[in-house]
Amino acid sequence: MGYVLNRLIQGLTVIAAMAGLVFVGVYAIGNPVDMLISPEADQAEIDATIARLGLDKPLLEQFLNFVSGVLHGDFGTSFIYNEPAVRLILDRFPATLELAVSAVLIAILVGIPLGVIAGLIPDKPAGRSIMAVSILGFSLPTFWVGMMLIMIFSVWLGWLPSTGRGETVELFGIPVSFLTASGLKHLLLPAINLALFKTSLVIRLARAGTREVVGQDYIKFARAKGLPESRVILVHLLKNMMIPVVTVLGLEFGSVVAFAVVTETVFAWPGMGRLLISSIVQLDRPVIVAYLMLTVLLFVIVNFVVDLLYALLDPRVRRKGA
Amino acid sequence: MTRAAETRAEPTLVVKGLKTHFFTEAGVVKSVDGVDLTVDRGEILGLVGESGSGKSVTGFSLLGLIDPPGRIVEGSIRLSGEELTTAAPKRLRELRGNRIAMIFQDPMMTLNPVLKIETQMVETLQAHIKIGHAEARARARDALGRVGIPSPEERLDAYPHQFSGGMRQRVAIAIALLHQPDLIVADEPTTALDVTIQAQILAEVQTLCRETGTALIWITHDLAIISGLADRVAVMYAGRIVETGAIADVVAHPRHPYTHGLIGSVPSRNRRGERLTQIPGMTPSFLSLPPGCAFAPRCARADEACGLLPELSDGPHLVRCFHPMDRGEPA
Repeated sequence: MGYVLNRLIQGLTVIAAMAGLVFVGVYAIGNPVDMLISPEADQAEIDATIARLGLDKPLLEQFLNFVSGVLHGDFGTSFIYNEPAVRLILDRFPATLELAVSAVLIAILVGIPLGVIAGLIPDKPAGRSIMAVSILGFSLPTFWVGMMLIMIFSVWLGWLPSTGRGETVELFGIPVSFLTASGLKHLLLPAINLALFKTSLVIRLARAGTREVVGQDYIKFARAKGLPESRVILVHLLKNMMIPVVTVLGLEFGSVVAFAVVTETVFAWPGMGRLLISSIVQLDRPVIVAYLMLTVLLFVIVNFVVDLLYALLDPRVRRKGA
Repeated sequence: MTRAAETRAEPTLVVKGLKTHFFTEAGVVKSVDGVDLTVDRGEILGLVGESGSGKSVTGFSLLGLIDPPGRIVEGSIRLSGEELTTAAPKRLRELRGNRIAMIFQDPMMTLNPVLKIETQMVETLQAHIKIGHAEARARARDALGRVGIPSPEERLDAYPHQFSGGMRQRVAIAIALLHQPDLIVADEPTTALDVTIQAQILAEVQTLCRETGTALIWITHDLAIISGLADRVAVMYAGRIVETGAIADVVAHPRHPYTHGLIGSVPSRNRRGERLTQIPGMTPSFLSLPPGCAFAPRCARADEACGLLPELSDGPHLVRCFHPMDRGEPA
């Protein structure tokens, strides 16, 4: 319990510190009034708008207003849409989350088996080819791969749609697209595109982990006990190898959700990333701040979950934390 | 029945001309280069040598656990009459942990850190016999009790890091004994432990092997440890057996100059106050072995004849030397 409480306090500290940084940072990037008001507007109109948005007050007062709002669950109202910023973001959140979860699933399902194989036979042609492919996955820019995927699968082959999200159905009140055929088709290309980099990362982690674990005495001892090779690999090796992989993947999951921006832009995926880009262009401060704050919150939560998962995988952590 | 008949006909283990070589970039490392061993049912054989003499590789070869770039290139290993060097991998797996088991050197590294003791014991049982989980757990608990682990029922649910080194080695021994194998290969199992624990474990392993009729190969660099434990001893040097015989005979009257040197370097009550003798030079690298007797460059008795490889002599006390020492001869 003390362990959980300790992590909770750390998380809250991070959120508080980020609130200050984010607010000041966004304040510095330009005057939104220039973007909001038509060039013909007179000084009185400009002053009225500035007063309405609360931009005439000193920075500290604006910040305190923001903080008190946040404490009441209000992250401010979008300058552009005139809607609560949090609602704008959360409306788009399921789409991004679905994309991110699909991408991470692909990365795990493809990356771990390939990484383990590459780690078990590092000197054979198969092992070397897997590593060569993973270097490609690392080095090719996401936007270019996305365009190539559209070129091949949408333009030339005509198999999959290139933009947007397909039909959605409600699941526990959240719109999801992976349960419909059209939704799956729309999801496939962006998910693969987003997964590419992560898959390469997982391959490398899994390979390094496998190579380290496979030389340990306990693997040799497991073989000396006469266990079938499948059990040696799937239980003895995998359970130890997964500890660093879970840590990194967990942390990466946060970044996949928060920064799916490029993929969402290329595939016109109606997610949070696209909202962020347009909000930055239009200097829609409350949305940017709310987005970044939610991202911080997401990272804190993900870190917390990873710590718990870590304890689940490694009994040695469990005892120290208790 | 058939196995019992075979056991009577043949010793538990017969190794003939075993060669295990490692094909490295620097050259062929002949870690084991023609080893002969015989271990009878229930017998304890001490396999003694310095670091790098090939004794551990011999042990791993017996279980077929040599990793590339190493492999067994020649020779025969017969376990209770069954040839292992030509056995299919599937058959080797069936025998490992079942008829032939191994205890490793470092108990801190042998048990999987993320699996409960129960899991690691139950899986060993279920790998070889059809047995339900509850029954397997009961057998695992009894096995822990036999090696002197207090409150075995609760300890089954613990993880390895909750055990001390000595306790972990007891768990490893309990795992090795689960199927009452014909042979256990123990690779310096007490080297990493406190001296007091060493003595306890030695005594317990000896008793347990006697009870179950399990033969034991105890690999060690410490002659003193096995002099009270083993029935026979085989001394290894540079991948070959240089002397073998009954333990009392070899310790009291070593015939190979190397064995003589090994015994002379062990502190003993009878020679209190004297300087310990040491063997000059170092264990040679396997990549640059002399063509004849590998010990010749460090040997005071070596002459031109030692440029050829001496054969192992005949009789109950065998020695691989052109100029063996006579009984009672001073160094």
